[in-house]
Amino acid sequence: MKTLPRADVVVIGGGWTGLLMAKELGSRTAASVVVLERGAPRKTTDYFSRMDELENYVRLRMMQDFSSETVTFRHNDRQKALPLRQAGPFLPGVGTGGAGEHWGAVCDRMSPDSFEVLSKTVEKYGSKKLPEDHAIQDWGITYDEIEPFYSRVEKLIGASGQAGNINGKKIDGGNVFEGWRSSEYPLPPTKIPYFSALFDDATKRLGYHPYPSPAATLIAPYVNPDGVARPGCTYCGFCERYGCMIGAKAQPTNTLMPVIEKHKNVSIRNGAWVRRIVFDKTGRNARSTGVTYIDSGQEFFQPADVVVLASWTLNNTRLLLLSGVGEPYNPSTGAGTVGRNLTHQVSFSPVLAFFEKPLNRFMGSGAAGVLIGDFSGHVLDHTELPFVRGGTLQAPSHGYGPLGNFGAVPKSVEKKWGSAWKKAAIHNYDRAGRLAFQGEHLAYKGNFMDLDPTYTDRNGDPLLRMTLDWRDNELRMADFAIAKSIEIVRAMGATDFTPSRAWGSYDARVYQSSHLQGGTIMGKSPETSVVNPYLQHWQLSNLFILGGSTFPQSSSARPTLAMLALTCRTADAIVDRYLKAPGPLAGS
Amino acid sequence: MDETFITSIQLSADERAEKQPFAVPLDQSPQQMHRRQFLVISAAVAGGVLFCGLDGSTQRVSPEDRVLHIPLHFFEAAEAAVVMATVARIFPADESGPGAKEGGVVIYIDRLLYGPYGSDRHRYTQPPFETGVPEVGYQGKATPAEIYREGLKGLAGFDSLSPAEQDQALTQIESSVFFSLLRQHTIEGMFCDPIHGGNVDMLGWQLLGFPGPRMSNYEDVDRHFGVAFRPDPVGLGGHPREKEE
Repeated sequence: MKTLPRADVVVIGGGWTGLLMAKELGSRTAASVVVLERGAPRKTTDYFSRMDELENYVRLRMMQDFSSETVTFRHNDRQKALPLRQAGPFLPGVGTGGAGEHWGAVCDRMSPDSFEVLSKTVEKYGSKKLPEDHAIQDWGITYDEIEPFYSRVEKLIGASGQAGNINGKKIDGGNVFEGWRSSEYPLPPTKIPYFSALFDDATKRLGYHPYPSPAATLIAPYVNPDGVARPGCTYCGFCERYGCMIGAKAQPTNTLMPVIEKHKNVSIRNGAWVRRIVFDKTGRNARSTGVTYIDSGQEFFQPADVVVLASWTLNNTRLLLLSGVGEPYNPSTGAGTVGRNLTHQVSFSPVLAFFEKPLNRFMGSGAAGVLIGDFSGHVLDHTELPFVRGGTLQAPSHGYGPLGNFGAVPKSVEKKWGSAWKKAAIHNYDRAGRLAFQGEHLAYKGNFMDLDPTYTDRNGDPLLRMTLDWRDNELRMADFAIAKSIEIVRAMGATDFTPSRAWGSYDARVYQSSHLQGGTIMGKSPETSVVNPYLQHWQLSNLFILGGSTFPQSSSARPTLAMLALTCRTADAIVDRYLKAPGPLAGS
Repeated sequence: MDETFITSIQLSADERAEKQPFAVPLDQSPQQMHRRQFLVISAAVAGGVLFCGLDGSTQRVSPEDRVLHIPLHFFEAAEAAVVMATVARIFPADESGPGAKEGGVVIYIDRLLYGPYGSDRHRYTQPPFETGVPEVGYQGKATPAEIYREGLKGLAGFDSLSPAEQDQALTQIESSVFFSLLRQHTIEGMFCDPIHGGNVDMLGWQLLGFPGPRMSNYEDVDRHFGVAFRPDPVGLGGHPREKEE
């Protein structure tokens, strides 16, 4: 193994959070920062001529190559976990920018009580309302503390939207159920395509409160506080699962890299696959000494004073387990913290609706659409409902191509091939639309991650094993979303509709979202969390962990904006406090 | 190196529409094809149908051509004839427009199986291979190329059956992995960008009114409510007619 020159900071993973940390440290300090990214470099010009649905949407050219590494999956510990041999319920990113290159770019904030789900729910309904086997816990941080960072990252990415609550004043047309905001969105909302406009009109008539989806896609040219200029969206519709060919969608490569490239103290090493976080456990001041990685078959040791782990939910958890950092969670005793509180989201299409008139669905933008927050966890009264918490319902218009969408037919067409199906599928191709529900997934004691005893990655390291299934709360929430969605598509004028089948076991064959959370969660105590509210490891105080892996449970919002906001908060703490006096930033 | 060709036998004019591989009948467009709705008709009038070749080059099939030579990379000629017949039943040419045969779906599948997908280069293929609950997805060892090879053995002679017999044979294998791949690849080959070998002359996109990649819909995205907006399709390789000129 070759030992490299020491770096002040080593960042594992060149996605949204890793590159945001590299940008902050690179531009605000003189620290040498090395970003280790196992995928290839990327830039906006790579995306010219990549509007190819087969390669991107179907073959997932931009995602992690499953032949190198995957995860194993089981519903519970009575099953043997088997590898997900092809991409399924979520899409891990790879390469500079990570999944931030091909995200949909809806950038909603979490509601204030999302950070205190346990205490707020108990306060309102008593502890008996929660499922017995839940593992929900408060984050150790409140919305009021995170709000300034939400505002900061909205300006960084150039968020388009309409505020519904500025400093407590409710504003019609925005999300009137959102937490207070210190300022309006930097840019007005995206244009609203026909399908979403039908939803907007119908939900208003039904007494709900629709608002345009907040978008990290620019509605018009914009220069952010770093001086990075990007153009407005053209609604080409090749957005989610694609890189933006003009840079209108905020991606690490077009929003962060222009700043990083100006700072010589930051370097990005592509092709560097980190295998272990190395640490010194002797003495009272346990600390990480650096990381080992493999590049083109050769092993390297990169020594560093600060280690930032920013390699997405699954790999963050896996690297701690492989490295022996912290104690693995044991679901039967409740001891240990690494791997606990794995959550996904109740993310699905509750109804497929058919319309008489064509919808022109090829036009759109990843985040274009209309949402309602009326079914959110803090808005619903759960006294009479068979579940807690809730979610948002959206009529998306992200642009639709035929490979991902051809074939939808009313349920009267039984055979899914041949002339009758073909005729119906062609007729309905541009007359069908799906609503999208995204609900909170509670944390449970039995949903967790550990290392698989059988399967390994291309380097021979054990794969991560996921143990995950839905509980009654998620199934009842899904039932509720289906019933409400039917009411809404009827009001939209649907001539026919097919509701989602009732939810059963977690289905790893079906794409849900890439919003996996938990595994290295934040909290107030080292007994029940891996990092403190500054995302600093409780034991190794020079290790910081960024991303959705630090969320104790999912909210109904898309996680990206919260990840970026918390990364900014941690960057401030490192720059303003840690680098001046290295050591724990929070007591337990 | 491509020594296997699909070669149509010399046919009488009457039989050509039924038996000529892939090509939309050129000199006698059947009325079911809705002349006005499919650009291929005018393209045909202008000189024939355009295929993207396996190397990305284009090949014009003129109305006078009575024999087609399409190089195959994966299939044997007999296998290609069977695949062509199966996809033509999954997505047939009929009163709702041209089908998978006309769209060149077999060319697409041939190229697909020859490439990395066919040999599972991007799938996790480490042993042990075990079966579990269905929710963990396909756990088989067989690659798509192997699944086709094996599946096609069971369909020998399929191309000489009557359409009703063909439908019956397909119904029998409807729940197999092989059939689900055939169906999925038929959709892919019908509606992918023509650079991948299928969607010949953008026939698939024309059926749907899908315009392909467009740099901007800025002026149109919040207009045309309830009215079909159907710009002319253009693929990543440009428009076939432009390429030819």
